[in-house]
Amino acid sequence: MTIVTTAPPPAAPGAGAEVPFGPSSDAIPGPLRFVARALRTLWSNRKARVGLVIIGVDILIAVFAPLIAPHSPTATTFTPYRGPSAANWFGTTGNGQDVFSQMIYGSRVSLLVGLGAGALATLVAVSIGLVAGYRPGPIDEGLSFITNLALVIPGLPLMIILAAYLQGRSVFTILLVVAFTSWATGARVIRSQASTLRNRDFVTLAVFSGERLFRIVFREILPNMTSLVTASFFGAATAAIMAEASLEFLGLGNPSTVSWGTILYYAQQQNALLTGQWVLVFAPGLAIALLAVSFTLVNFGVDALSNPRLREK
Amino acid sequence: MRYLRRKVLLFIATLWAALTLNFALPRLMPGSPVDAALAKLASAGVPVTNAERHAIEIQLGSPHGSVFTQYWDYLTNLLHFNFGTSYSFPTETVAQTIGKALPWTLVLVGSTTIFAFIIGTLLGVYAGWRRGTVADSSITVGATFLAAFPPFWLGLLAIYWLSFTLGWFPLKGGYSAGVTPNLSLSFLGDAFTHSVLPALALAITSLSGWVFGMRNNMINTLGEDYVTFAEANGLRTRTVALLYAARNALLPNVTAFGLSLGAIVGGSVLVEGVFSYPGLGNLLYIAVSNHDFPLMQALFLVITLSMLLAIFVVDLLYVRLDPRVRQ
Repeated sequence: MTIVTTAPPPAAPGAGAEVPFGPSSDAIPGPLRFVARALRTLWSNRKARVGLVIIGVDILIAVFAPLIAPHSPTATTFTPYRGPSAANWFGTTGNGQDVFSQMIYGSRVSLLVGLGAGALATLVAVSIGLVAGYRPGPIDEGLSFITNLALVIPGLPLMIILAAYLQGRSVFTILLVVAFTSWATGARVIRSQASTLRNRDFVTLAVFSGERLFRIVFREILPNMTSLVTASFFGAATAAIMAEASLEFLGLGNPSTVSWGTILYYAQQQNALLTGQWVLVFAPGLAIALLAVSFTLVNFGVDALSNPRLREK
Repeated sequence: MRYLRRKVLLFIATLWAALTLNFALPRLMPGSPVDAALAKLASAGVPVTNAERHAIEIQLGSPHGSVFTQYWDYLTNLLHFNFGTSYSFPTETVAQTIGKALPWTLVLVGSTTIFAFIIGTLLGVYAGWRRGTVADSSITVGATFLAAFPPFWLGLLAIYWLSFTLGWFPLKGGYSAGVTPNLSLSFLGDAFTHSVLPALALAITSLSGWVFGMRNNMINTLGEDYVTFAEANGLRTRTVALLYAARNALLPNVTAFGLSLGAIVGGSVLVEGVFSYPGLGNLLYIAVSNHDFPLMQALFLVITLSMLLAIFVVDLLYVRLDPRVRQ
């Protein structure tokens, strides 16, 4: 039995600020460590766990789409307008494509737009919300006005006319349009939280010790808002999935990409319902709903973990 | 009345910003929306007078004149409801087209919002009060699933099962074909049966916001001392739940009223399109499919202004509801 009397070895420079997390946390860059920590906390909540599993399965389907899909999603080699059969589980489109394979490949676009636009919108929300909350006065007034404006301008109509003007028609156009119109809710919540944190002792301490604005806002204040940032990410991602499907259903997406929204668009163009092919409409909508539900479930988990009064016993 | 003054100022500022955004959008976009609109009208064989051409240029970006004179012309044209001619409805002005569609959307979206607010709030009160029970979980899980369905998709399924297969409701439109809109009882009944499915598709998907907002407010309010005190006094459960907790939990939900209106208005664009309902949403659907920029731009303006107005009215009502802001 030896008693350690010497001081522990000094930590690596820069690592002292955070509590080390996990055995290899030094090897992972900061943002990833943040995500890993958030995921581990979320996993402890039952609702969030169900949501994370659905998202995980969707990601697996999207990544391994070529292995899972029985046919090419674009090949027009089948008899058109066929109902579900052994060869084509969900039937065929009016152009003779296999709907089941289209559904598998379609998950890629929904996930890409949902997660991409969610991340982009959160980035904007965090930047605007933090600065507005930390800097009272004209800067806050200005940024809050822009946020309120973005909140009251109806999002979907704005997206529709933006997408109608921008003839670029790639998935990334849609992603940018959706991100541009869905950051405001998050920004407002983050702003009000930042303005209550502004006067806390640890922030005052950081100000007195001469830290720069950027560091105070992103290293001192931001880590206290993990739950709000996560919630605004999943909120924006849900909105993005719905918006993307809506825009593509209107024919404002790229009609040659295979996505759940374009399956619905072609189903409507080819009057799938009136020819009795309800699976063509039912399947993509259900897939969109399932992904949206999983995001909402994760958000419930975030809510329950951050608000003790909502916590389940 | 600081609250009121602030709200009026904010309304004016937002109004100005929305008008300016509407002015800037087509001018910032790549390509020339004006040329596209004029080419579209020419290809359809619609004669465009110089005055109409001028109106379209003012709305979408004119090749001559400075930005400031264009902006001034734009505001003047707005005051005169002069939005030019659209390719989709060449025989009437854009203002006339929109004027005919506006009442349909106001009635559909307005009644849907109120319906969803009442039902959703009541469900939220119940779920919050009976927190942790089977009733609570079934309400929250049910509302989560309903909210995740795209409203237009619910509309499509409803058309297929309830209208096409079962024949319970009309397939599309706002009233039966061949009838001219009037205020007779038989017409109103006809219009009502046509609006049931679009209203349901919108209401079901917008219910959840109210349920969750109200449930969470309830749970927060139930933790307050005055609720515990009321329970300790032996008041009846219903009295505590409705008059003590729910009444106070309602306030934040009223503030959310305006914002949730945006979701319903957005959803109504596609739902109206799916049902060919004769409102603003269906017009926007037609305008977008036809690349009809003058109509599209005017619709965006009208939809935005109606939203701003609705939110302003809710803000004014809030003064009646919350005595604290009246000082």
